[in-house]
Amino acid sequence: MQVLMAFITGLIFGLGLILSGMTDPSKVIGFLDITGAWNPSLLFVMGGAILIAAIAFRFAKTRPKALLGDVMRLPTAHQIDKRLILGGLTFGVGWGLSGYCPGPALASLAIGGSKPLIFVVAMLVGMAIFEIHDRHSSAHKRKAGDFPE
Amino acid sequence: MTIDWTNFTPWSSLAGGVLIGLATAMFLLLNGRIAGISGILGGLLQPTKGDIGWRVAFMAGLIFSPIAFSAAAPLPEVQINTGAASLIMAGLLVGIGTRYGSGCTSGHGVCGLSRLSPRSMVATALFILAGFVTVFITRHLIG
Repeated sequence: MQVLMAFITGLIFGLGLILSGMTDPSKVIGFLDITGAWNPSLLFVMGGAILIAAIAFRFAKTRPKALLGDVMRLPTAHQIDKRLILGGLTFGVGWGLSGYCPGPALASLAIGGSKPLIFVVAMLVGMAIFEIHDRHSSAHKRKAGDFPE
Repeated sequence: MTIDWTNFTPWSSLAGGVLIGLATAMFLLLNGRIAGISGILGGLLQPTKGDIGWRVAFMAGLIFSPIAFSAAAPLPEVQINTGAASLIMAGLLVGIGTRYGSGCTSGHGVCGLSRLSPRSMVATALFILAGFVTVFITRHLIG
């Protein structure tokens, strides 16, 4: 059941990304282009999503378990550290270069031709580089039971 | 600053945002999980037993979504003005950055801001700021 719900969630999420226009990198770059012809559409996407999600999060905080029986995995990290700051900045540079973040790139794979594919393959390589590096740096071992964002 | 009125789509963007919010809400309340795309995908690169099926299913739904969309309505037009070399560089940076920073636009931007997480507010502010600077450099200074 959890697996089926994950599929449906991914599907609805993707439909939302396509409808919102976020699978169009030029629209995302338009939002980031504050000194040029600025396109505020992305703010409306974030606003609509946060409006609904915020209600769900308020409700989730009061429940120890999810409706299908699993533990409620709300993120537990609080520290604003070097990893968060450098990671956020690095992601932002890649986002600005291409107009792709992970969701829209994946939701473009099946229909977008070679460009989203090139991006996604490079993104997976980037994630693998992180995994290899992370496994070797024991200083940053995650605590067991920590739920990431 | 001028506003790009021709490509500004407040209603479809808001409606799409609401769908993203619904998906996030469903996943949280039913499965007890955060719909953070980079985290769900990245978790497949460090596979743990019993933790693979739902991740693959979520990715399958996301990848299948344009096919489902096109069955109901024409897909919106897409314009990609980035060359292959920049796309490779961008993909690497997005892959490394989202995993180091523990999240992307969905995990920090939507989920984190929705639950007022200070960590996610910092991350979101920083990736948007870095995006502003990058677009200014690539599309105005050297573009």
